[in-house]
Amino acid sequence: MAWMMRLLRANFRTATLMPTLSRRTFLIASASASAAACSKIPNTLPPEYPEQTRSDAPLFLDASERRFINAACARIIPKDDLGPGALEAGVPDFIDRQLAGPFGQASTWYMQGPWAKGSEQQGYQLKFTPAQMYRHAMNNVDDYCNKQFKKAFADLPPADQDNVLTGLEKGDIDLPDVPAKTFFTMLLQNVTEGFFADPMYGGNRDFIGWKLIGFPGPRYNYVEEIEQYGKPYTLPPVSLKLGRAKPEKA
Amino acid sequence: MATRLKPVDAVLVGFGWTAAIIGQELTDAGLQVVALERGNFRDTVPDFSPTQIQDELRYAVRKATFEEPDRETLTFRNSTSDTALPMRQLGSFLPGVGVGGAGVHWNGQNWRFMPTDFKMRSHSEQRYGKKFLPDDMTIQDWPLSYDDLEPYYDKWEYLCGISGKAGNLNGQIQEGGNPFEGPRKREFPLPPLKRSASAMKFDEAAKSIGLHPFPCPAGNASQPYTNTLGVKLGQCTYCGYCEWFGCANYSKASPQTTILPVLLRKDNFSYKTNATVTRVNMDSTGKKATGVTYVDAQGREFEQPAEMVILCAYSLHNVHLLLVSKIGKPYDAESNTGAVGKNYAYQMSAYVDVFFDEIINPFMGAGALGQVVDDFNGDNFDHGPHGFIGGAYISMWQTGGRPILQHYTPTDTPKWGGGFKKALKENYLRSASMQIHGGIMSYKQNHLDLDPTYRDIYGNPLMRLTFDFQKNDLDMEKYVTDRAVDIAKAVKGNRGYNVRARTGHYGIVEYQTTHNTGGAIIGDNPSNSVINKYCQSWDVPNLFVLGASAFPQNPGYNPTGTVGALTYFAADAITSRYLKNPGALV
Repeated sequence: MAWMMRLLRANFRTATLMPTLSRRTFLIASASASAAACSKIPNTLPPEYPEQTRSDAPLFLDASERRFINAACARIIPKDDLGPGALEAGVPDFIDRQLAGPFGQASTWYMQGPWAKGSEQQGYQLKFTPAQMYRHAMNNVDDYCNKQFKKAFADLPPADQDNVLTGLEKGDIDLPDVPAKTFFTMLLQNVTEGFFADPMYGGNRDFIGWKLIGFPGPRYNYVEEIEQYGKPYTLPPVSLKLGRAKPEKA
Repeated sequence: MATRLKPVDAVLVGFGWTAAIIGQELTDAGLQVVALERGNFRDTVPDFSPTQIQDELRYAVRKATFEEPDRETLTFRNSTSDTALPMRQLGSFLPGVGVGGAGVHWNGQNWRFMPTDFKMRSHSEQRYGKKFLPDDMTIQDWPLSYDDLEPYYDKWEYLCGISGKAGNLNGQIQEGGNPFEGPRKREFPLPPLKRSASAMKFDEAAKSIGLHPFPCPAGNASQPYTNTLGVKLGQCTYCGYCEWFGCANYSKASPQTTILPVLLRKDNFSYKTNATVTRVNMDSTGKKATGVTYVDAQGREFEQPAEMVILCAYSLHNVHLLLVSKIGKPYDAESNTGAVGKNYAYQMSAYVDVFFDEIINPFMGAGALGQVVDDFNGDNFDHGPHGFIGGAYISMWQTGGRPILQHYTPTDTPKWGGGFKKALKENYLRSASMQIHGGIMSYKQNHLDLDPTYRDIYGNPLMRLTFDFQKNDLDMEKYVTDRAVDIAKAVKGNRGYNVRARTGHYGIVEYQTTHNTGGAIIGDNPSNSVINKYCQSWDVPNLFVLGASAFPQNPGYNPTGTVGALTYFAADAITSRYLKNPGALV
């Protein structure tokens, strides 16, 4: 029975739902952790986790796609006089992992036909998983940029990149394979996620996102502080898996 | 071929709040009870531990504890002239899955409906005249009153250890509580939570313009509490991970923290997980349920025979099971006949974000930590000049400031780029959002039935939701949103505010609320409802349907308190009357 096959596939999926680190990343992480174990990792942290989960091993994005995402991250939350931005915070690593994982593969989405366009109110009705949509959209945008500017998106000057991103956001640029607005909305959402998710997911590296806004992470207990109205909270941010941030230099 | 299991006295479909309550009551009465849960077992340790659960991406954004649409979802359209399409990913609402159900991931905002909410039609017609209500509005009175439910609200609140301040004790209005609430017999079991910075500012502003702010009754324990079953809850730490998370600290009332430690030890209670009920089985007369069929994780089918079948699934799934099991007459929106699927309703949320001079530390919070005004809810104000019925509460929540989903920036700042980054930095610690939490009436055209095209993973037709916002409710929401703006303007040290109004068509994409109601509604006769006042099926007396699917329309309050009270009310009738003489209770 067809439904039985769908059920068994879904059940297998549940057993492997959302690994925090992929096996590949985990091996790299373990190796660098043991190398650094003596000097850098505080004893209170689980030994298998490194200080950072940065990994150069691509899981989904190929080299040109990675350059696209790096460039987009650098414009969506730029490095400026307020401090580092999404690129420096490792958001491209985050997006690469997310697209390779259950989110990118739409593993819990209803993906049965028939397929129809639907209304704005009915939401996403594309046949593409997020990973497929990214791949089509990035190709389409690079084609557009090559036609308009004779350069790939990543090679454009920042002002032109901003114009292209604005064109996608407003739907003024017509992409052949995917609706531009749908892609931009998902990209912006994923950049925001990577900037503000726990650093164990690869973005928000060194708590760049949380430090920018003053979020201390999952600190767990504010019984004493909650009625201290107007008083800044000064303890450094913590991660679920990567320990606490180094205290700021006085 | 389904494997037939040993019969039990009662089978519960689902294992969330209503199943935990009815399971506890029926096993106390000596029955052999089994609960069938489509998800996994979960408990505070290890599933909600503080080294795991405080993960916004996994739980709130990627929705790890909710229903997975690839297994079961619904199709949706705004009107009967559209073709419904599947809800391919979760959005507007988030049904829970797993032991504890949505009781694991709720905020703990715990309300009683007002006395007039139970007489919505007769009260409105009496005060404003029959012509005041639109022709397509199908609201109806409950077959029971606030006074009937009051002892059961009390029982529920003392089970959960609700933190709050009474506003009406036996008719005497109490300072600091909600002066509009129905009379309660005694105080809340726990005092209110500590107040957040944003709650203080809201309180001051609301009072300054003559409104009546009070702390939201909270299923987050303000102090250590031993409940009526002897189960202990711990003091809330204001960690800010309630909604969409399990509580690590035994502080949020859930089946796990209030009932399961007692229920799971009983010899006459058992449960199965990864057991998805696909049918209620009937005998040849069509008047008696013989049990249910479920599918396990391996896709094997089992038949669980039972003397009583009690639907304790999420409201939408209760209705779906009735429809696929062909129990009762399906509602037909064209002819306005039939009952199963009728009077689906929802709620409306608009927001006014306020930007303050001072920091308010939004990450210190709790799910039900907020100051509220009820001045514009229900029939607490004269609707005559406005032309609509119903209302909304206005609340200033401080639920945790989790930064992916709770960062507020002024609407005139960019949504990305350097301007966005600057706005994030300037506003995260200095902003909070008011919610305008409004009711929705029921209408002839808003309903549930089975989709003709799409099927779920078990081979059943998906349910089809036909729903749109209607003028009465949009007018209501606009009126109360304007009142929230009055409060925002009165906040001292306010640098500005955003109005995120609710307008236009209902869309299934943006998260709004998991307060889906109706479809198996309660009523005083079989022609206008699916169940009688004891939540007993009119058609099949040994079948009971619990939960918010019973609500004939949706008032402006979160439903859980009334779901709990109604379940206790039904449990009382079953144990005191039905078990002695099984048959129709009305």
